[in-house]
Amino acid sequence: MSLRGRAAIVGVAESDLGEVGPGLTPLDLIGQATLRALDDAGLEKSDVDGLFSASAYYHMPTLSAGEYLGIRPRYTDATSIGGSSFVSHLFHAAAAIDAGLCEVALITYGSTQRSGGGRLVSGSETLPYEAPYNPRYPVSMYALAASRHMHEYGTTREQLAEVAVAAREWAKLNPKAFMRDDLTVEDVLNSRMVSAPLTVRDCCLVTDGGCAAIVTSAERARDLKKTPIYLLGAGEAHWHRHISQMPDLTTSAAAESGPRAFGMAGLGPADVDVAMLYDAFTINTVMFLEDLGFCRKGEGGAFVSGGRIAPGGELAVNTSGGGLSYNHPGMYGLLLIVEAVRQLRGECGMRQVEDANVALVHGNGGVLSSQVTAVLGTERAL
Amino acid sequence: MNRKNEPAPAETYHRYLEEGKLGFQLCRGCGAAVFYPRVLCPACGSGTLEWRSSSGRGTVYATTAVHRRDAEPYNVALVDLDEGFRMMSRVEGVSAKEVGIGARVALRVRREGDEPVAVFVPDAELEDGAG
Repeated sequence: MSLRGRAAIVGVAESDLGEVGPGLTPLDLIGQATLRALDDAGLEKSDVDGLFSASAYYHMPTLSAGEYLGIRPRYTDATSIGGSSFVSHLFHAAAAIDAGLCEVALITYGSTQRSGGGRLVSGSETLPYEAPYNPRYPVSMYALAASRHMHEYGTTREQLAEVAVAAREWAKLNPKAFMRDDLTVEDVLNSRMVSAPLTVRDCCLVTDGGCAAIVTSAERARDLKKTPIYLLGAGEAHWHRHISQMPDLTTSAAAESGPRAFGMAGLGPADVDVAMLYDAFTINTVMFLEDLGFCRKGEGGAFVSGGRIAPGGELAVNTSGGGLSYNHPGMYGLLLIVEAVRQLRGECGMRQVEDANVALVHGNGGVLSSQVTAVLGTERAL
Repeated sequence: MNRKNEPAPAETYHRYLEEGKLGFQLCRGCGAAVFYPRVLCPACGSGTLEWRSSSGRGTVYATTAVHRRDAEPYNVALVDLDEGFRMMSRVEGVSAKEVGIGARVALRVRREGDEPVAVFVPDAELEDGAG
């Protein structure tokens, strides 16, 4: 059974972003984002009958969000596979809607990790077989992957830095981006080393942020306020939880989730107008471009060099500024969807990609662990 | 399956370390080397795993130096043991930044507090043996 074109995203929004200040809770940000997303869709809260969320704050996140928002869903899904959870929620929501189990799904997330101390809030347990060596979670795990990629393919720190610089160039075009000052390759290389070869500028931001997306059937979507953005394909895959169990540190399960999503959509990398790749660390973007088929394995470093994923480059990647420069509230997956929808609607102002009809959204979770890919499109791409 | 009389995998691993050895499991179903210790083989699903003592010889697969504000960086590495399994550990005896992928390393069991911990040192005899 294919879900191609059966469901559409009809509302997206962020809460206040960046540093919201003391007092506001993650649920308050979920509330802000939900109000704005419902308004964006032209729907009422009472229309929502499916609820999807994941959280590092709330052990039973859809219960907490449902209670706070006053939503009593008939379909609830708190799939928790890290930052990619929300791309998975989009996939699962489309399946539930197509099966008639709910009609209007709300996917939402909130975090106050910056106001709450400026450190990643994570519910991650440590594996007893890794804990004695004290890797810094999660950066050391991504650093290990980067070290192996550099060893096998000659990828350089300069090439990784290009990813951060491209993200910053996009962020300069996004008024909502958290970091918009100049950034050069040399700046990235000379920043504080965190876990070699990754400096602090190879790492995503630690910010507050909430977000929400409303998904409904393609049929109902056509009567709503904004132009529907259809889910054309989706796929998920995971092969490991802990980095010491990852079979090949240079290839993620995106090599499976990508073909699954493209297969359902009947499209390929060459059809993608804009790509949102979960950039928790600079190595992610390089690996996902390879694993998703935008270039061959080992060529990701060259692919991102010379501004090729920056504004005006070959492929528009992470046009919001990404987790590296726009916002990264602990789990970033839903913000990938928000930006993809805005690009396909043509709402992105200075950073708008011309004639964007197909967007790729790729979520990553854990330590290169869960990989979820979605292909979104306008009516023209149906 | 009644495993009442079998020790938990983590306990057996710990007992090996207490004896200065690195224990791992060999699957009788498919021959896979299994680590971390489990009650079934993640490759073929067999429930029959036998404990073995590793030679303690391996090759660095990936490495990072974790930096701190007021102290020298320390190493975290993934090591591929010659028996065909991988584990997280650290390489001692060289600067954290000097640990090279492909370097041959040998097991040392250190005691940290009350716990035995498997670490590695450069294996001088076999250095440059793998790329």
